[in-house]
Amino acid sequence: MLTFRELEFKMAKSSTSDAQALFRSLRSAYAATPTNLKIIDLYVVYAITTAVIQVVYMGIVGSFPFNSFLAGVLSCVGTAVLAVCLRIQVNKENKEFKDLPPERAFADFVLCNLVLHLVVINFLG
Amino acid sequence: MVDPSEAKGEGSLRKAFGGVLGFFILLLIGTLAFSIRLFSVIKYESVIHEFDPYFNYRVTQFLTKNGIYDFWNWFDDRTWYPLGRVIGGTVYPGLTLTAGSIWWLLNNLNIPLSVETVCVFTAPIFSANAAWATYLLTKAPAHLFEVKGTGAGLTAAVLLAMVILFLLVFLLISDNQNVPSYISRSVAGSYDNEAVAIFALIFTFYLYIKSSDLKNYTQTLNTGSLFYATLNALSYFYMVCSWGGYTFIINLIPMHVLLCIVTGRYSSRLYIAYAPLVVFGTLLASLVPVVGFNAVMTSEHFASFLVFIIIHVVALVYYIKGILSPKMFKVAMTLIVTIGIAVCGAVLAILIALVASSPTKGWSGRSLSLLDPTYASKYIPIIASVSEHQPPTWPSYFMDINVLAFLVPAGIVACFLPLSDASSFVILYITTSVYFSGVMVRLMLVLAPAACIMSGIALSEAFDVFTRSIKFQLPKLFETPPSDVWQLIGDTNNGTQDELAKVDSKIPTEKSETTVKERPSKKNRKKEKEILEKGKEIKEKGKENVEKVSDKRQNAKKLLVLPLEASAVAILLLIILGAFYVVHCVWAAAEAYSAPSIVLTSHSHDGLHVFDDFREAYAWLKHNTDVDDKVASWWDYGYQTTAMANRTVIVDNNTWNNTHIATVGTAMSSPEKPAWEIFNSLDVKYVLVVFGGFVGYPSDDINKFLWMVRIGGGVFPHIREPDYLRDGQYRIDAQATPTMLNCLMYKLSYYRFVETDGKGFDRVRRTEIGKKHFKLTHFEEVFTTHHWMVRIYKLKPPKNMTRGKSKKKINPKTRTKISYQKNRNKNPWQ
Repeated sequence: MLTFRELEFKMAKSSTSDAQALFRSLRSAYAATPTNLKIIDLYVVYAITTAVIQVVYMGIVGSFPFNSFLAGVLSCVGTAVLAVCLRIQVNKENKEFKDLPPERAFADFVLCNLVLHLVVINFLG
Repeated sequence: MVDPSEAKGEGSLRKAFGGVLGFFILLLIGTLAFSIRLFSVIKYESVIHEFDPYFNYRVTQFLTKNGIYDFWNWFDDRTWYPLGRVIGGTVYPGLTLTAGSIWWLLNNLNIPLSVETVCVFTAPIFSANAAWATYLLTKAPAHLFEVKGTGAGLTAAVLLAMVILFLLVFLLISDNQNVPSYISRSVAGSYDNEAVAIFALIFTFYLYIKSSDLKNYTQTLNTGSLFYATLNALSYFYMVCSWGGYTFIINLIPMHVLLCIVTGRYSSRLYIAYAPLVVFGTLLASLVPVVGFNAVMTSEHFASFLVFIIIHVVALVYYIKGILSPKMFKVAMTLIVTIGIAVCGAVLAILIALVASSPTKGWSGRSLSLLDPTYASKYIPIIASVSEHQPPTWPSYFMDINVLAFLVPAGIVACFLPLSDASSFVILYITTSVYFSGVMVRLMLVLAPAACIMSGIALSEAFDVFTRSIKFQLPKLFETPPSDVWQLIGDTNNGTQDELAKVDSKIPTEKSETTVKERPSKKNRKKEKEILEKGKEIKEKGKENVEKVSDKRQNAKKLLVLPLEASAVAILLLIILGAFYVVHCVWAAAEAYSAPSIVLTSHSHDGLHVFDDFREAYAWLKHNTDVDDKVASWWDYGYQTTAMANRTVIVDNNTWNNTHIATVGTAMSSPEKPAWEIFNSLDVKYVLVVFGGFVGYPSDDINKFLWMVRIGGGVFPHIREPDYLRDGQYRIDAQATPTMLNCLMYKLSYYRFVETDGKGFDRVRRTEIGKKHFKLTHFEEVFTTHHWMVRIYKLKPPKNMTRGKSKKKINPKTRTKISYQKNRNKNPWQ
């Protein structure tokens, strides 16, 4: 019979090995995605990073003027969300959007980004 | 057997005819919506109604005269003297900008309509728009769009059925503009925020449904989901501009998304519909000055952010599920759950700390009074005192939505079979709006479109069943062969043209068996079996249409076949029901909701009496006082005074400063001298009082007086409500308390009232007044209107101080009296 400590140790070990296996399988599955989707994912990561940097900066210097902070963060978050929507629509594995030509999806993306940045620039102050 | 191409041609012709018919019906609906609201213009005149519309009218006048930049930065010094009001930052600009742009457009086209005309007719125009928006919104949950069926030799019957179907559904959706509760806030002349806000509400909901419902049942590609999501956000922006009720949208849509996620109906379309809306919506809402940073800081918006985070988590989970194997997915889940709970706990702790630090938990006063119906009466007496904010009575439900009241549950049931995203949304909409309309009678307005949608769905389903029964039975009368009959049934079960074109003779018998299984509850099982037996015969002959079992509507539409006479009688009865409803709505619109409260009429034995006292008083003020004179009255009349009399007022209907209103209330409740001093400190020159005792007008200031006492007493404790009540009863006759008989409101209302009939009989309170003969020491009467409804008094200037004060002998007894009085709650004005 295993003592409680040994059981704990075994569980921790198995969970870490599980985590490693998880990461490996995630990475291998992700490597299979086509390049254009990976580019979109990179763009999303970039936008989120910019948003995080802005929040950290606000934490350091304070939140005045608040509307500029809001405009900046929301523009990053907004363009990330729109990129995710584009990715959903362009992804060939998505059965619901198989009739949608990718050009139309990209045109929607551009148009919505235009509206977003128009509003952001208005709000920037 | 019908040639498929022929069938297709006939079908498209029928479709085209249906389209044209539908268009004309919609046009008729719009005209009907517009004209039913014109009763007030016909019966009275083209005038702005009530109180709030006068403020909107004044703001629109300013906008048209001075342009948008001045309007945006407008600081109004003619209200809330001496505080003033920042109009640019505290008004919902949607309505005024809409009317202003309509006026500007018309004037540029050289149609010289005055601003007042545009303002008066804005509401009916937007009610027509709202009716069309309701039609669009109902299409999705009602699965209504295509012409169904191309049955061969029965063109006439099919046409008739289709026509009836379309006609009645459209008419029922047109109920929206007929519903009395909506009419009440959108008659010609009721120039208030709700007029455009309801249109914006319905249109926003429609665009949300459209952006989340990718599979529109048309064959044309509707794949512009992101496009419609952006349009949805822009429509939401218009709603935020127009009305404070936009918080309903920004809480209902996240609730619906949450419902979809929890019931397992998450799809990427939902993400595309919701996520851009939140980001865009928050940004756009912050653009409106009234909302500003409240869009991210008040609890009303937190629901949308919470669901935003949740939907991202769910999307991520689905994505990982898609790319991982099931075993790995389980490992991932455990990992995510442990990390997620930790992060969630931290975020929740921060959030709770933030929210708990504010006394109202982040909610604004108005939202709290909706969530907790008893809140307003305890804490915010001003909100509680408005009659529109009281809960409605049961009869008012039947008065306002009439027949729809029992069609709504039928519609809810119909929405459950089948349950799609759109129908679940409508169900959620109606449940929440029923709750809120029960809290505040003003919100019956939000219930109206929901009730109409539900009843439209219910009636269309009912008519569907009846007309199909008739269609089924009609050929029996003409003795057509069974093959055509079966074809008819098959036709009504098919959903699309393309499927009909595919004539496939290979029908596996399993399909029919599965159809039997998938229709669990049928009324006429026996008839079903007969039909299926016939079907089997025909299948052997090889003449068959494809039945798509996967078609959801097939599951929903049970082949209920009712007897011909029963369905015909039922259709007739439903039409009569609709007729009664229309009659009631027209009556309600004409009699109950068309009165502009600024002009009153009464019918007596010698004809029609018109009471135009309000405008008489405001015109007197305009012509007989200086431009800079300040007028004090109770806050109800503030907007009208500034708009029509063009004088500065102390308090008005915006009620944003409770202390200022309490000051006026205290003055009205005090004896003459303290009241004079209060008013003098506010630079007031004239005091305006509304009195209905001579003609029997019940909404006068004496009836509102207790609210003045309560609000004044809430801030100045020397005003105590029991002082004005005799044994807990509010009276103004000889049994009234001395405090009541000496207060300013009593004196100003009843000064010289005894001269009218010798006895001083108050027609509203139905008693003779207590104090009949008295003189005013600090005020002088300058104007009383024709029916004594509005009375204007002027403050007497202070007495001149004479040189060499005359010493008065002070009686030692009075001295002690004075010092005793000083020890009571000190009146800060003495």
